[in-house]
Amino acid sequence: MAKIKGAIVVNEERCKGCQLCVVACPSKVIAMSKHVNSKGYNYAYMENKDACIGCASCGIVCPDGCISVYKVKVD
Amino acid sequence: MTIEDIIKPENLVYKKPDLMNDRPMHYCPGCSHGVVHKLIGEVLEEMDVVEDTIGITPVGCAVFAYNYLDIDWEEAAHGRAPAMAVAIKRLRPNKLVFTYQGDGDLAAIGTAETIHACNRGDSITIIFVNNGIYGMTGGQMAPTTLEGMKTATCPYGRNVKLNGYPLKITNLLKELDGTCYVTRQSVHTAAAVRKAKKAIRKAFENNLNQKGVSVVEIVSTCNSGWKMTPDQSNKWMEENMFPAYPLGDLKDTTI
Repeated sequence: MAKIKGAIVVNEERCKGCQLCVVACPSKVIAMSKHVNSKGYNYAYMENKDACIGCASCGIVCPDGCISVYKVKVD
Repeated sequence: MTIEDIIKPENLVYKKPDLMNDRPMHYCPGCSHGVVHKLIGEVLEEMDVVEDTIGITPVGCAVFAYNYLDIDWEEAAHGRAPAMAVAIKRLRPNKLVFTYQGDGDLAAIGTAETIHACNRGDSITIIFVNNGIYGMTGGQMAPTTLEGMKTATCPYGRNVKLNGYPLKITNLLKELDGTCYVTRQSVHTAAAVRKAKKAIRKAFENNLNQKGVSVVEIVSTCNSGWKMTPDQSNKWMEENMFPAYPLGDLKDTTI
């Protein structure tokens, strides 16, 4: 059975740490980093990498357009 | 399969529109304005009308919208964006002319311009971001502030005996013969964002097809002004804003 695997790339410098992507993710993939970017915000990152299904919900709700989403079908 | 195998250009399914540049936005973390900017960029790219679009920025938080989307922009005086849009549309009728306004701009100081522009019926689009507060100046009461809602200038909540009732201006605009499409949307979830994008696309198509004024109200949050986290303010909006400003199409004469 084909399985969908996804991944996100967060623009860490652009992220303002609003956490709307964390709430929007249906697979609980995203968490906030302990590190901060140059503006002092804790940025989002992929905590639970294997769970991502590439649905792009995080990218769609991100107000600053920081998230790019990738998706592949694995046979 | 490793993450590096997935992150390849051919597997890309979502990124911010190219029309939105890399300049960091001045909006507070979690502000709905960013999502609406992104939607406008996406729709203009999909319709392939980037070169034929003229936007008009308001006064308010979105005053710097021209810094973030690489299209032609004009800056209007406070509340006068619809009047300017009508002028530009009459001079350049083949251009897609839209205004981007907040509730303080559109529903307070610009009420006269908004109503008369909608009544004239020139083919412009009004994107109206309604968060029920004056965000830029520090969270004062706006005409659209809900009854009982606390702001800097009504710290005990809006009292309708003293301050009047919340102005549902989109409902007023629906009644005017000049408007062809009036809708109320939101951008708090991925599903709502997709619906809002469809509404904006339709409004822009009406614009190019010379159908009349299209008004897209986006009920949105101002988490800094409301003194909440972005997630809390989305929930507060669902519980309090949506009963007063119910989502959906209010008018559509283009079907």
